[in-house]
Amino acid sequence: MTAHPQTSGYNFAYLDEQTKRMIRRAILKAIAIPGYQVPFASREMPMPYGWGTGGVQVTAAILGPRDVLKVIDQGADDTTNAVSIRKFFERVAGVETTTRTADATIIQTRHRIPEAPLREGQVLVYQVPIPEPLRFLEPRETETRKMHALEEYGLMHVKLYEDIARNGHIATTYAYPVKIEGRYVMDPSPTPKFDNPKMHMSEALQLFGAGREKRIYALPPYTDVVSLDFEDHPFEVQRFDRPCALCGAEQVYLDEVVLDDRGGRMFVCSDTDHCESRQAQGLRGELSGEAAQ
Amino acid sequence: MNAAAAQIENLDRSSEALPLLSVRSVSKAYGARIGCTEVNFDIWPGEVLAIVGESGSGKTTLLNCISTRLEPTSGTIAYRMRDGEMRDLYQLGEAERRFLLRTDWGFVHQNPADGLRMTVSAGANVGERLMAVGHRHYGELRATATDWLGRVEIGADRIDDQPRAFSGGMRQRLQIARNLVTAPRLVFMDEPTGGLDVSVQARLLDLVRGLVNELGLSVIIVTHDLAVARLLSHRMLVMKDGRVVEHGLTDRLLDDPQAPYTQLLVSSILQV
Ligand SMILES: Nc1ncnc2c1ncn2[C@@H]1O[C@H](COP(=O)(O)OP(=O)(O)OP(=O)(O)O)[C@@H](O)[C@H]1O
Ligand SMILES: [Mg+2]
Repeated sequence: MTAHPQTSGYNFAYLDEQTKRMIRRAILKAIAIPGYQVPFASREMPMPYGWGTGGVQVTAAILGPRDVLKVIDQGADDTTNAVSIRKFFERVAGVETTTRTADATIIQTRHRIPEAPLREGQVLVYQVPIPEPLRFLEPRETETRKMHALEEYGLMHVKLYEDIARNGHIATTYAYPVKIEGRYVMDPSPTPKFDNPKMHMSEALQLFGAGREKRIYALPPYTDVVSLDFEDHPFEVQRFDRPCALCGAEQVYLDEVVLDDRGGRMFVCSDTDHCESRQAQGLRGELSGEAAQ
Repeated sequence: MNAAAAQIENLDRSSEALPLLSVRSVSKAYGARIGCTEVNFDIWPGEVLAIVGESGSGKTTLLNCISTRLEPTSGTIAYRMRDGEMRDLYQLGEAERRFLLRTDWGFVHQNPADGLRMTVSAGANVGERLMAVGHRHYGELRATATDWLGRVEIGADRIDDQPRAFSGGMRQRLQIARNLVTAPRLVFMDEPTGGLDVSVQARLLDLVRGLVNELGLSVIIVTHDLAVARLLSHRMLVMKDGRVVEHGLTDRLLDDPQAPYTQLLVSSILQV
């Protein structure tokens, strides 16, 4: 491995090399045991925990000078969180950044998986607030570790049962639990369940970092990911009854945008890069004329 | 029982010549203090054994040792698994042991909050063990839960209520249903009527007796109440200072106690 250049007084990508090696070891272990939460010695980062310090540390540990980084928050590249993390890595690593999914080698995300299928060689880094899917019903860490070790996952279905009993259907719409390679149950972080199928057999490497909780977990490329459900209440993704108002895309995750104070609203792609790429190809939605004004 | 039936019963016994559970020289010390010491007994399928004795005599200690919740200082406890093999419980792997606890055994705590999930619905409380062993059909889980709630006299309309909204007696009945749903062969109970009013106690005991007979359960029940022992149990162990002072058929033992301590215990109850 070649030595990384020093950039603006920091070691390349902010973390010192020893810390990066420690995090890489955790990542390698996580890749070797898909879905298993590997503890790691999470470091203080120059941003608050809620800002995705777990994801930032994972990105810092895998980033190389030739990587091209994209950062999204709820599908958008231009939110405060995404912009500041992107700026952070521009400053401390001097890497190229992009908003284009196809051009990125590393995509750090909070709450979404890009609509365009990821390819081999790309890495998706998730910022995870709460990594433990069993936490909801079992607060004791010693007990949840034992439950994972012994594959005692009945509680996950208790949670889904309660959902149906209360709402008539599985009302969990994000952080929807998945089973990895028939073994570990994993929390996909607060992504909408709409994105769960994208994790299954993805060509990209998926890494999950939880800073405050000091856990890293991973899905290597082509990993089997199954969303938990009941035989008579099978897993379903959210459906939107209309296409994106700007680019006309169907079967994508839409955000509601309020247009005025008279109740005007439209539904547009949450993945802004996806939407812009389609518009650049000349694809139009029903409101694209008005929105352009 | 006529002679032929007695013969068949004997044949049954001999065809399964092993007890369900076999306790040998079990002792538990808490540092210098004795919890229980040198306890021996067997329990056979369908049998109800009461462990009685005054406060501090070691009943809970013994029950916890047998049910693998508390490792004894010495002694062995063997259990006949569903495949017929006798296994030393403390030689089982943790996964096997926990599986046994969730399927083939039940444990009814004195305080229902220790045995229930207070923040999930009654239906989910009953269904949890089934989901743990792989049941994945919501409609069937709900039907089974409804059925079991009925069997412990809880209305079907309470299925979505949390046990927090239940009375003490209802909670205890829910705890029983939650344990019995996987058709366990052996159920441990520690003072199951302890915290309840007398009238509620009587109703619960009737219910337990009915279920035990109907399901052919083996039960090890801890109680300091000789009336509970008389109503439910076939055999009794009387404990004092961590030792078994007398062991025998319940009717015989209560009508004709041999050990001076048991005599004292029985006479003090009869005077009341
Ligand atoms: N965790 C412990 N640490 C130390 N001593 C204990 C512990 N648990 C029980 N003991 C002691 O062991 C003895 C037996 O206690 P145990 O709880 O088994 O009695 P018990 O018959 O269940 O009494 P009770 O009817 O009051 O529930 C008592 O002397 C008790 O003080
Ligand atoms: Mg006790």
